[in-house]
Amino acid sequence: MDAQHATLRSKEEIKENLKKPEVITGSEILLRSLVLEDVECVFGYPGGAVLYIYDAMHGFSDFHHLLTRHEQGAIHAADGYARASGKVGVCIATSGPGATNLVTGIATAFMDSVPLVVITGNVATTLIGTDAFQEADITGITMPITKHSYLVRKAADLPRIIHEAFHIANTGRKGPVLIDIPKDVSAELALFEPSTEINIRGYSPTVTPNKLQIDKMIKAIAEAERPIVLAGGGVVYSGGHEELHEFIIKSGIPVTTTLLGLGAFPSGEDLWLGMPGMHGTYTSNTAIQDADLLINIGARFDDRVTGKLSGFAPKAKIVHIDIDPAEIGKNVPTDIPIVGDVKTVLQLVNKEVQYTEKADAWRAKLAASKAEKPYSYTDSDEELKPQWVIEMLYEESKGEAIVTTDVGQHQMWAAQYYKFKQPRSWVTSGGLGTMGFGFPSAIGAQMANPDRLVISINGDGGMQMCAQELAICAINKIPVKVVIINNQVLGMVRQWQELIYDNRYSHIDLSGSPDFVKLAEAYGVRGFRASNKEDARAVWQEAMNHDGPAVVEFVVRKHENVYPMVTQGSTIDQMLMGDAE
Amino acid sequence: MKRHTIAVLVNDQPGVLQRVSGLFGRRGFNIESITVGTSEEAGLSRMVIVTTGDDNTLEQVTKQLYKLIDVIKVVDLSANPMVGRELALIKVTADPTARPEILGVVETFRAAVVDIGTTSLMVQVVGDTEKIDAMIELLKPYGIRELSRTGVTAMIRGNAR
Repeated sequence: MDAQHATLRSKEEIKENLKKPEVITGSEILLRSLVLEDVECVFGYPGGAVLYIYDAMHGFSDFHHLLTRHEQGAIHAADGYARASGKVGVCIATSGPGATNLVTGIATAFMDSVPLVVITGNVATTLIGTDAFQEADITGITMPITKHSYLVRKAADLPRIIHEAFHIANTGRKGPVLIDIPKDVSAELALFEPSTEINIRGYSPTVTPNKLQIDKMIKAIAEAERPIVLAGGGVVYSGGHEELHEFIIKSGIPVTTTLLGLGAFPSGEDLWLGMPGMHGTYTSNTAIQDADLLINIGARFDDRVTGKLSGFAPKAKIVHIDIDPAEIGKNVPTDIPIVGDVKTVLQLVNKEVQYTEKADAWRAKLAASKAEKPYSYTDSDEELKPQWVIEMLYEESKGEAIVTTDVGQHQMWAAQYYKFKQPRSWVTSGGLGTMGFGFPSAIGAQMANPDRLVISINGDGGMQMCAQELAICAINKIPVKVVIINNQVLGMVRQWQELIYDNRYSHIDLSGSPDFVKLAEAYGVRGFRASNKEDARAVWQEAMNHDGPAVVEFVVRKHENVYPMVTQGSTIDQMLMGDAE
Repeated sequence: MKRHTIAVLVNDQPGVLQRVSGLFGRRGFNIESITVGTSEEAGLSRMVIVTTGDDNTLEQVTKQLYKLIDVIKVVDLSANPMVGRELALIKVTADPTARPEILGVVETFRAAVVDIGTTSLMVQVVGDTEKIDAMIELLKPYGIRELSRTGVTAMIRGNAR
């Protein structure tokens, strides 16, 4: 994939050398520790406070380092890497502005429980608190959006801290961990001895659930006439998708997958109802409202899923399975709380669960509803419809691509019309809804999966928030296929202004956007454009045949909206159906 | 809205108070008082937090606190028979003619005069929140110049746990 980055030395070979105790600098300790944590790829941007670290990286070839063009690009790339691989994403930035440029990306990862280790430089310990040049209290600033953080005081603490940070990031409910390293600490000499043990008092996530609660759940399933499973990102993160599949097939319970849960269950199968919530399927939303048993597996009852909370799943007994006890009962009162790792819980459940005999009529009803009211749009031969573009991408890639998206209408159309067969093929900012995420996260996803097709679907708005990272695709020959669904407007904002603000379109016109084809070419990336079906398929095929990164702009109908839609304050069965109405 | 007193055992790390108080702030939980000091074990501090809210709020407070890596243990003290105390220093205007009266109040409350100025007295009082409130009410007519309260520290009674 990458001319600059040859194959890394074998891990065993490196590790044996690294394990020998030796007096080295804090920076060298950091790099060695990262290698010992199996880090293969780091995204970063140097600056004054991390000069020692980058000096130690000069000629260092035991992991790849990708120099992004903005720290926001670095952290979203690390995030995409983590989501697409299941490994911890790592990024490095300097102190002050470098560190604060990471804030959006840290919050994005925090909201979606993505494991990251974020390394920032800081001014020397002697200068901390003096408002020194490029000083920012980044541990303080990021406290609400990190799972944990460290301000390193001594180089000798680094091996333990780094080992703990990776452990904390990637266990329990996953999340970003920040390590702030003052400049003098990165220069300080200390004896490096690899840290191999974890001893964090007070931190021991509950993996194995309470057996009595499992029994209650089994009993509730046996009694249910209208059961439904709501599966979320936790299924993907725990690696429990096979267990979920077994559970659904064995029990015969219909399943709806949240935005972050897409791919947790193969979307083509009969029992899959689609996505629930604000832009979910008619069948998922009405099924939740009619259900007498709702089993939430690794989802957090986000308001985009529940709609008006007081009217959510009014007839259902609620089972909630989550590794984070604080999620249970936070938004929706729970009848059967099950704290544990989704994979482990489902393994136990699968030993006992029986087919829900009483739910035959329910299954038949939902199957009919699914056939009767799928996602639909009115196609056009004159104008390119964004939904058609997504369907075309799905057909052409046979559903095998890793798809990353930005945030907005294109994101919802991608969620609706691209069908995901497997987990970790869908990378999107759910909780925070971060524009600018889509494209750089694709770079990370591609670094994690050099041999897979990675399609990054963006709007014309979000693409302009991190477009500068086209440079690293070009330089490093990262073959991401960047799609821009261009409707020349901030589409989702326009949709809300239309439906809720009485058509008063306020500051949504994106006229003055660059010529995206020329922009791509300015960076040395192939650019394509299409505005009708015939051209769209042809340029897509040409982009696919091009060996390297490409930007493909699809100029689509400006006034297209996402349906169904549940407006705020409504229950989820009160859907605007749009074209289908 | 009930008042809850909780004890939080935390790692004695820089920033840990910020983590705990920040959590209360951003999740919309109320802090009526918060006290921090060393505990019986080196390296661990004990915070005592008085908060108000219904039982669901208390449950969320507890669960969210446990998510902090530096939090070792959270105990709802007020669910048990508990001793809760705070200390207040009250500087009250006290011309020589008013002193005997004030000393009478101090004695009744088993408080103490810990400093005497030409026109003021400093009163130290220890007790539960209600006692301190009552003492302040009684001293108000004389003129309170300065008031400093520590907030509540608390423990479960001997045999209760």
